[in-house]
Amino acid sequence: MSEASPVARFWAEFRESKVAVAALAVVVLMIGLALLAPLVAPQDPYDLANLSLSDARRPPGFVGSGGYTHWLGTDAQGRDLLSAILYGLRISLQMGLVAGALAFTLGVALGIGAAYAGGRREAFIMRVIDLQLAFPAILLALVLSAMLGQGKLQLIAALAAAQYAYFARTAHGAASAERGKDYVEAVLSTPLPPMRVVWRHIFPNCLPPLIVVATVQVASAIALEATLSFLGVGLPVTEPSLGMLISNGFQYMLSGRYWISIYPGIALIVLIVAINLVGDRIRDQVNPRLKR
Amino acid sequence: MLGHVAIRLLQALVVMLVMSMLVFVGVYAIGNPIDVLIGPDVSQELRLQTIARYGLDRPLWEQYFTFLGRVLHGDFGRSFVFGMPVMELILSRLPATLELTLAAVFGAALIGIPAGIYAGYRPDSVAAKLIMTVSILGFSVPTFWIGLVLIMAFAVELQWLPAGGRGETVSLFGVQWSFLTANGLSHLLLPALNLALFKLALMTRLARAGTRETMLTDTVKFARAAGLSEWTVLRRHVLRLIAIPLVTVFGLEFASTLAFAVVTETIFSWPGIGKLIIDSIQSLDRPVMVAYLMLVAFVFITINFLVDLAYVGLDPRLRKGGAR
Repeated sequence: MSEASPVARFWAEFRESKVAVAALAVVVLMIGLALLAPLVAPQDPYDLANLSLSDARRPPGFVGSGGYTHWLGTDAQGRDLLSAILYGLRISLQMGLVAGALAFTLGVALGIGAAYAGGRREAFIMRVIDLQLAFPAILLALVLSAMLGQGKLQLIAALAAAQYAYFARTAHGAASAERGKDYVEAVLSTPLPPMRVVWRHIFPNCLPPLIVVATVQVASAIALEATLSFLGVGLPVTEPSLGMLISNGFQYMLSGRYWISIYPGIALIVLIVAINLVGDRIRDQVNPRLKR
Repeated sequence: MLGHVAIRLLQALVVMLVMSMLVFVGVYAIGNPIDVLIGPDVSQELRLQTIARYGLDRPLWEQYFTFLGRVLHGDFGRSFVFGMPVMELILSRLPATLELTLAAVFGAALIGIPAGIYAGYRPDSVAAKLIMTVSILGFSVPTFWIGLVLIMAFAVELQWLPAGGRGETVSLFGVQWSFLTANGLSHLLLPALNLALFKLALMTRLARAGTRETMLTDTVKFARAAGLSEWTVLRRHVLRLIAIPLVTVFGLEFASTLAFAVVTETIFSWPGIGKLIIDSIQSLDRPVMVAYLMLVAFVFITINFLVDLAYVGLDPRLRKGGAR
């Protein structure tokens, strides 16, 4: 047992929860589907040559002019909804992962940096971050995307700016605890460069709580992007994410054509819930207060 | 204790001042407001006149102090779109949002806290697992999508409740309220439920986590050993110990509900300030954006301050520490 690597031990414990394993499988499957969308989707939903208005707003199961069944129905432009969802998943995942990675990098650099620097600089950085955390991410993202204008890069910047503070606080908490430990004092007394101490010794020990925050934040970045796109202040219409698909279907919902909004929504929710379930499991595993 | 309060108050004032600078620079200095005010085909002379009239030729810091001076007098300028003073516009929309937010937050607390305590007290029961599954859904599913499903289920399919608007209102203290008429109440129910679900999930999870951890502590072991009934243990010890995070979240969530109201109000065409800010972002109505942001910042900072005060009242350790 003692020879098992930390990753193997972690996986063995993770595997005990069937729900978490299933959720992980769903996440992997959805990422796979998103990556392979051009290969697995029945049609290229954004090639206008494939679309026919006579197929527009048809219910699930309809066999369209293309000769194949639209299992999830079609939208207002006669687009196969299943294909649109697979392509939308691509954009949503991309936004969530890129914004999450950016927020992670910025937040961890600030949080560990503050804990390492100590003194006034630490107090100042953490005060600003606490202040930002008092405002909900959705409001910050809304305001920022309104100020920066519409666009993919602008939205990624807005999402990252709204979320980095969560990473910073977690990284700061973990790093401060490590900073006071004897082993860090010991490495610091050697002539190793400070950056190396931070990178090789402090950072890896801060990872478990950061991974938990990362899963939650990627899920919430995806949800935030969808919400902003739904409100019309997120991605431009040329980037049809899941949120945009839901928004496009909203006007048809009151006339009973539920599928245009509901199916992209279900895809979005399955993705977010699965990511959160995986995060929940990791959180329970790294919480020392629940250790048996 | 008074010293503690005074320091917090001073901090709150500084934060408010910083916020006003950020909002001013963010909304007024990015982009050129003059292009929104006048068309591109007016003469150069008129353009310069307009710039001078709005003080846009002055240095930025001078513009800021003019802005700050007017804000302190409650003057946020006139809305470009509605052509009325912004303060009046916001005050006319505020009761609708307040009504919706209060209904959502209190509903969430009254259902979420007992459900969470139960789930933490009996973590292995079927009901507890059901509560937790539902709470994960409420936590994960985006508010706007739940709103759509609620409209589809209760307004389109079942036709029990209206899909949007405020319904009939009654005037009380010179303000229009929906919750006092049966029709208004039926309009309030769906949006309030929509807005409450996220908080409900959050409160449930917090109460459960707190209860689960507290039940394992020596406090509870000793209280049980002393022969207190389970009910007394829960009420006198567990609830008291988990109250601090709950009060924090209750306060902060009340403020963040104001932000989430943006989404709910848009879906349900609820005529509050959330719908107003989305409309003003889309039409670049800068005075309204500034006023909304300042108002939200003010509400947030005030609530943070009050939550701090509530800590002192709730946590005997802080009370003693401050009295020395």
